[in-house]
Amino acid sequence: MEELANLFHGFAVALQPYNIMLMVIGITLGVIIGVLPGLGGANGVAILLPLTFSMPPTSAIIMLSCIYWGALFGGAITSILFNIPGEPWSVATTFDGYPMAQQGRPGEALTAAFTSSFVGALFAVIMITLVAPLVAGFALRFGPAEKFAVYFLAFCSFVGLSKEPPFKTIAAMMMGFALAAVGLDSITGQLRLTFGVTELLNGFDFLIAVIGLFGIGEILLTMEEGLAFRGGNASINLRVVLQTWRELPAYWVTSLRSCLIGCWMGVTPAGATPASFMSYGIAKRLARRGNNFGKGEIEGVIAPETAAHAAGTSALLPMLSLGVPGSPTAAVLLGGLLIWGLQPGPMLFVEQKEFVWGLIASMYLGNLAGLIVVLTCVPIFAAILRVPFGIIAPLILVLCAIGAYSVHNSTFDVMLMLVFGVLGYLLKKCNYPLAPLVLAIVLGDKAEEAFRQSLLGSQGSLGVFFSNGLVGTIMALGLVALFWSAIQEGYSRLRTAMA
Amino acid sequence: MKPFFLNVALAAMAMSCASSTASRAAWEPVRPVEFIVPAGTGGGADQMARTIQGIVTKHNLMKQPLVVINKAGGAGGEGFLDVKTSSGNPHKIIITLSNLFTTPLATGIPFNWKDLTPVAMLALDEFVLWVNAEKPYNSVKDYVEAAKKAPSGTFKMGGTGSKQEDQIITVGIEKAIDVKFTYIPYKGGGEVAVQLVGNHVDSTVNNPIEAVAQWRGGKLRPLCVFDAQPMAYDEPIADGKAWKDIPTCKSQGLAMEYLMLRGIFMSPKVTKDQTEYYVELFKKVRATPEWQEFMKSGAFNTTFLTGADYAKWVEAEEKRHEGLMKEAGFLASN
Repeated sequence: MEELANLFHGFAVALQPYNIMLMVIGITLGVIIGVLPGLGGANGVAILLPLTFSMPPTSAIIMLSCIYWGALFGGAITSILFNIPGEPWSVATTFDGYPMAQQGRPGEALTAAFTSSFVGALFAVIMITLVAPLVAGFALRFGPAEKFAVYFLAFCSFVGLSKEPPFKTIAAMMMGFALAAVGLDSITGQLRLTFGVTELLNGFDFLIAVIGLFGIGEILLTMEEGLAFRGGNASINLRVVLQTWRELPAYWVTSLRSCLIGCWMGVTPAGATPASFMSYGIAKRLARRGNNFGKGEIEGVIAPETAAHAAGTSALLPMLSLGVPGSPTAAVLLGGLLIWGLQPGPMLFVEQKEFVWGLIASMYLGNLAGLIVVLTCVPIFAAILRVPFGIIAPLILVLCAIGAYSVHNSTFDVMLMLVFGVLGYLLKKCNYPLAPLVLAIVLGDKAEEAFRQSLLGSQGSLGVFFSNGLVGTIMALGLVALFWSAIQEGYSRLRTAMA
Repeated sequence: MKPFFLNVALAAMAMSCASSTASRAAWEPVRPVEFIVPAGTGGGADQMARTIQGIVTKHNLMKQPLVVINKAGGAGGEGFLDVKTSSGNPHKIIITLSNLFTTPLATGIPFNWKDLTPVAMLALDEFVLWVNAEKPYNSVKDYVEAAKKAPSGTFKMGGTGSKQEDQIITVGIEKAIDVKFTYIPYKGGGEVAVQLVGNHVDSTVNNPIEAVAQWRGGKLRPLCVFDAQPMAYDEPIADGKAWKDIPTCKSQGLAMEYLMLRGIFMSPKVTKDQTEYYVELFKKVRATPEWQEFMKSGAFNTTFLTGADYAKWVEAEEKRHEGLMKEAGFLASN
C-alpha cells in the first residue's frame, strides 16, 4: 500500500507542466534518434546528458528516460519500412515487419509494433512498481555462469529458426562469431585478428554490420529487382490503427510470454537485444501459424517488440537498485545519476523517494505519451513508402552513411558498412540467413566472455554450468530448445509405434 | 527603441572583447573542442569527462562547445592514437586513466605519453580493498589469513579489465602476502562490485565511487586503501564510518600502494599558449562547487599538478608501471 501512495506522489511530481513539457521533448528527440540508424539511445542520451546538468535531478531523468522510450519506439519505424533496424533490438522486428510493409500493410505492422512496445513497457513498469525489491535480489544471483546460460538459451532458441538448411545457418552463425572475436580479448588483454590495422582495434561494431547487411544489402536487392518498392499502395488512414487494435487481443498468449521473457532478460541483465531474438524464436516455435513466420505474420512483429520494450524498461530496475546497468543506455543514465549527486544502489529507494517514484510515474506517463505521438504519425510514416524508389533510395543511403559514421565518428566505418552491404547482398543471393550472423555478432563476445569467466572461476571445470539449480535449469532449457525438433519427432514416432 | 538596444548590445560586446584581449592576448579555441575519452560510456573516466563538460556548459567557461567522444577500442589505444596523430591540433584533449601506461605495455599498440602534450593532473583515483559484508573478515589480518588458508587459486579476485590497474594491484597483493588468487576480469567497475555482493568473487579493489552505494547499503565492507595516507573525507558513510576511517593497506601489513591518474593531455606540437589556455580552464573547473561535490562523492585524492611537475610525476609512474607489469609478466611479447 505504501508503494501505491508513493506512486501517486510520483504522478504528482511527473505531472507538473514543466516535467510534461520535458517528457514530450524527450519522446520526440528519442523517436528521431531511434529512426536514425547508428545514433542509438545510448549515444543520444550521452550527448544530451550535460544539458540536464542544471535541471533538478527528477526533471532531468524524466527527460532522459523519455528519450530512451522514444528511441525504443523509433527503432521499429525504419525496420518495418526499409528493413533497416534503427536499434539493435529491432533487428528481429524486420523479419516479419518488412514483409508486411512490402505487402502493403505498413500501417498494420507499425501499429502492432508500437502497441506491443507499449504493452511490454507497461507490464515491466507494473512489475517494477509491485515487486522491485524482490526482483532486484534475483539479479544478484547472476554470476558469469548464469549469464552464459542465458546467452546459450538465446542461441539455442534461435537455431533452426530459418527455413534454410541447418548447415547454412551454422555457417552464418560461425561467421558472426569470427567477426565478434576481432578486437581486444577482454580476458587476456591481448589484441586478436586486428593484423596491425588501427581501425580494427574496436572490432566490428554490431550497428555498422547491421546497417550494411540489412540496409545497403536491401537496396542492392531492390535495384536488381527493377527499382520498385512493393509497398506503394499502403493505405494512409488513421483507421488502420483501430482495425489492427481489433486484431491484437487474439495474440494475448504471445504478448504475455514475450512480456515475461523481456522482463526476465532485462532484470538479469542481458538486455533488450537477446530478449527480442529469444522471444521471436520461441514465438515461431509455439505459434499456431509459426511456419508463416518471416513472410509477414503480425505475431512475428508482436513478439520481439513486446519483449524488447519490456526488457528495455525493466533494465532500469537493476540500475536503480544495484547500480548495474541492464543496457548501454542505462549505463549512461547511471553516469547521469552520479553527476546529479544521486547514488544508485540499495539506499536509493529509501533516501530518494521523490526521485525514484517520480521516475517510475514518468515511465507510465512517458510511454503513454510516446504511444500517442507515434500512433498519430503512423499514416505519415506509411506514406513515406509512396515516394518513388529513385528518390527514396539515395536518401536511405545517405541516412545509412550518417548512421554508420556517427557510431564512432569514423569514415572507415562508412566503408565498412558498404563492404557489409555487398556481403549481405551475396549472402541473400546464396540463401544464407542473416539473422544467425547478426545474433552471433551481438552476443558472441559477451557469451565468450561469460564462458571464460566461468571457467576461470571453476578452475576449468565445465560442471560450473550445472552447479546450482538456477544455472542448471537455464542450461537444460537451452538444450531442450536446441533439440526441440528432434524431441518432437521422436515423440510423434513413439506415438505411432504405440498405436 | 530597437536600434538603441542593438547599439548598446554591440557596444557591450565590443567592450568585453576589447577588455579580454587587453588583459590577456592569449590563444582561445576557435572551433568546438573534442574531449576524447579512451574508455566506454558510463565508466569512471567517462563520468569525469561528462561532469567537466556539464560544468563548462553551466558556468560558461568556454566560448566554443566541448564535445565528449568515446574512443574505447583496443583498451583505449584507439583514443590515444587519434590524439597522437593529430599533431599540432589544439582542439583536441584527452582524459587519461592508467591505460596511458598499461595499454602500450600490454598490447604493443604504438604510443607513449611522450607522444602527447601533458596539460594537468586533475585528481588521483583511490583503490580500496572490498569484501562482502557477510564474510567474517573484519580486518586485513583476517582477510590475509583466509586467503592463505584457501587452496591455491581458489580465492577469487574480481576486477575491471585485463592487465590493467585492478590486475596490477592484485598481483601486488599476491606478492606482498605470498598467496595465489584467481583474477576474473569484468567489463566495468559497477559490475565488479555487484559480483562481489552476489558472492561470485571473494574480494575486489574497486574505486570508492564504484562501491560506495553497496557500502552504504550494508552489502560490502572496505578493509584498507592502497594509498600512503588515509583519504581526506570525514563525512560518515555507513555505520558511522567515513572514508577517513579506512586504514591504509601498508599500515595493516599489506605493502601495496596504487593511485590512478585522472589527467588531461593534448595533441603533440601545440604551442605553450594553447596548453596554458586549458590549464587555466581546468583551474576554473576545479573551483566550482559541482567539481568539489564530485570529488567528495568519489573520495578522490585532489592533487593538482601542471607543467614540469606533472610530466615528472607521469615519468616516474611510467617507470613504476613498467616494473610492476614486467614482474607480473604482463608485457607484450613483441
